[in-house]
Amino acid sequence: MIWPLQRRNAPTPTLGGAGAIQARFKVEHAGFTLDVDLNLPGRGVSALFGHSGSGKTSCLRCFAGLDRPSEGYLQVNGEVWQDSAQGLFVPAHKRAVGYVFQGANLFAHLSVRRNLEYGLKRIPAAQRRIALEQAVALLGIGHLLQRLPGKLSGGEQQRVGIARALLTSPRMLLLDEPLAALDLKRKQEVLPYLERLHSELQMPIIYVSHAPDEVARLADHLVLLEDGKVSASGPLKETLLRADLPFIFEDDAEAVVDAQVMAHDPAYGLLAVQLPGSDISLQLPHGPLPQGQSVRVKIKARDVSLSLQQAQHSSVLNLLPARVVDWINVVEQAHVLVRVQVGREQLMARITRYSFDRLNIQREQSLWAQVKSVSLLGAS
Amino acid sequence: MRFGIFHTLCPLFAALAFTGNVLAEQVQVAVAANFTAPLQAIASEFEKDTGHSVIAAFGATGQLYAQIRNGAPFEVFLSADERTAAKLEREGLGVSGSRFTYAVGRLVLWSAQAGYVDGSDAVLKASPFRHLAMANPQAAPYGLAASQVLEALGLSETLKDKLVEGQSITQTHQFIATGNAELGFVALSQVYKEGQLSSGSSWRVPAELHTPIKQDALILKKGLHNPAALAFSEYLKGGKATTIIQSYGYQR
Amino acid sequence: MPLTEADFAAVLLTLELAALTTVLLLLIGTPMAWWLARTDSRWKQPIGAIVALPLVLPPTVIGFYLLVSMGPHGVIGQLTQSLGLGTLTFTFTGLLIGSVFYSLPFVVQPLQNAFEAIGRAPLEAAATLRAGPWDAFFTVVLPLAKPGFVTAAILGFAHTVGEFGVVLMIGGNIPGKTQVASVQIYNHVESMNYAQAHWLAGGMVLFSFIVLLALYSGRSSQRVWR
Repeated sequence: MIWPLQRRNAPTPTLGGAGAIQARFKVEHAGFTLDVDLNLPGRGVSALFGHSGSGKTSCLRCFAGLDRPSEGYLQVNGEVWQDSAQGLFVPAHKRAVGYVFQGANLFAHLSVRRNLEYGLKRIPAAQRRIALEQAVALLGIGHLLQRLPGKLSGGEQQRVGIARALLTSPRMLLLDEPLAALDLKRKQEVLPYLERLHSELQMPIIYVSHAPDEVARLADHLVLLEDGKVSASGPLKETLLRADLPFIFEDDAEAVVDAQVMAHDPAYGLLAVQLPGSDISLQLPHGPLPQGQSVRVKIKARDVSLSLQQAQHSSVLNLLPARVVDWINVVEQAHVLVRVQVGREQLMARITRYSFDRLNIQREQSLWAQVKSVSLLGAS
Repeated sequence: MRFGIFHTLCPLFAALAFTGNVLAEQVQVAVAANFTAPLQAIASEFEKDTGHSVIAAFGATGQLYAQIRNGAPFEVFLSADERTAAKLEREGLGVSGSRFTYAVGRLVLWSAQAGYVDGSDAVLKASPFRHLAMANPQAAPYGLAASQVLEALGLSETLKDKLVEGQSITQTHQFIATGNAELGFVALSQVYKEGQLSSGSSWRVPAELHTPIKQDALILKKGLHNPAALAFSEYLKGGKATTIIQSYGYQR
Repeated sequence: MPLTEADFAAVLLTLELAALTTVLLLLIGTPMAWWLARTDSRWKQPIGAIVALPLVLPPTVIGFYLLVSMGPHGVIGQLTQSLGLGTLTFTFTGLLIGSVFYSLPFVVQPLQNAFEAIGRAPLEAAATLRAGPWDAFFTVVLPLAKPGFVTAAILGFAHTVGEFGVVLMIGGNIPGKTQVASVQIYNHVESMNYAQAHWLAGGMVLFSFIVLLALYSGRSSQRVWR
């Protein structure tokens, strides 16, 4: 990793524009080195995704200033928080970050209200942009204020933890696998609040997770970490579709597609969603949802097959007109991942190499994508 | 007449028995702290001469008394005074009639620094020091003697604030040896070896300034049937012991 | 009651010594315990072992080394003399210093355990909530470590009340200055005043028991969480 030499002459640079996060961290742990170079958008949710041990939490802690990289540079929306070349390191308690820990990490000796007030009263009144009532309402914890953390469930603790972090009116919100310690039910309980954060807050959010569904549901920008290094960083959908990456989500490549609810068939329990900007629609088994609601759907590559002609009598629900973009040979040689354009979106299809050769797939070729299974990201 | 092996060996055994070496015993002795060094010398001679072994415990007389009263396994008691030994005898813990004076102690004003004490009581009168050490008068006879000396010299009041007390004469010596007290009253035997002062400077306190420190020994009830206890008591009265005791500055 | 003025003075002196020692140890011991709990330095184990020495060493050993080092030829003695303070043996200050050494691990170890039990997480939370190190210490660490402080204070106090060997070595039995209750009891036994010894010793047992009982029951009702 080569550190750009010109940085040394710029003590408080505004390079990269006011709306960006630039981070370079190098940390040596026993048996593991974190070495990352990131450019993240100054707004929206950026997800750090990887397996355990890939360095995601380590990276997040460097953002917060809880760990100190031996070499590092961090600039957040115009403020420089670390520049090891200049010997600059702003300690954690002086950084305007909100940090949500994996186990909530509430102060056991303080009530919920006191926990919330802890950060709030340590920032000058002039800098408070989020009021106690707002945070409480946003996370729905009004009825818990007098309780002690020991008397809260995991999900309630996590919501308090998020509210507490928000009340420091941070410039950046950091979340370390906030749902990892929760069971499914609690996860479903907290996830909508995270989505609200996403939509209602102006600040950039960095979200660490190893759960593909969470990332797919919340992220705008995706960073993949492997063994302490960044293997990909880019807008969510693009990155997911990058066929040159080893299977990002381990069991198979998949595509994430934005769609809008169109209609619901109660007799067959099918929901129809439309891909924006086209008249292409998908059907999937699901309960009714309000018409016009925006949703995200996930389509695994192995659920997509290709056909040169539109099948007439098939059990497959979704037959979509598509155009071949490119492809990659999968590692074990028997399969090929083909990327196809459907309307404005892209999908991946996993087919055998035998079929690939037999169908004589070419770039720009028009064919049909048969999508056997579509899943809606989020609670039913 | 048939003699056989048994009849030949029997007289042999009898002869050996009377030399005393075959039936060597142990004697447990409680010894006043000030007599530590002389006793160790005497014990080693005793062991050579009789084959019995001596197990000695040293301590403050008052402490030893309390232990004996509460069942400590001592068989002979060497007190630092007359009073305690007499008390034990009266209370029936000692063998009546076995009490005798084994040494008369001499008090010395001693300093670890050479030249500090000039062989007279001048330094006491001038009192350039911060701390004067002595043993606790209630617990140790040498402490009592020291307080009598100060009374006799008329210095009790003036030196009262400079006094520090050691729990035993040994501790008193420790205070002075480490320099924490510039000087103090100790037993002559503690700083005397082979007839002369081993280090520092001193004033041999005239015996008439205090009641004589008669040190009495007593055979305790527990030692009544122990030949070694009896032998040790006798040995203390003997010539070799006398020489040793005197060389440590005691009188007989 | 056959307790003399000297006996009462001894008791008061003991309490004074124990209280002052406890206060001093809490002040000195807290930063020590904090460092021991948090450091990764290779000095952690050796220093921890040194702190623990008075647990294992006979008090007479501690007392003896104090006697030598506070004397005119010893390290502490030479320091105090150069400061114009003379030597500290046979003084209350000397006893205080001796007691601080003697009871050190009884205060430092409970504190260290309490700090270790807290772990890093609450401090990191505090840092992310804009609390600087001192702020975090007073608002997060101290409240969470309160039971540890109570234990440390109780143990330090009680241990000093019972101190004997060290006082014997460096005290000099001076009434009002170094004649503490434990030594006074010893004096009574030495001079065969058993009645007085019983009264004084019995009184101390009773007092200590009441204090410990009160403090321990106070402690268990303080558990806020869990």
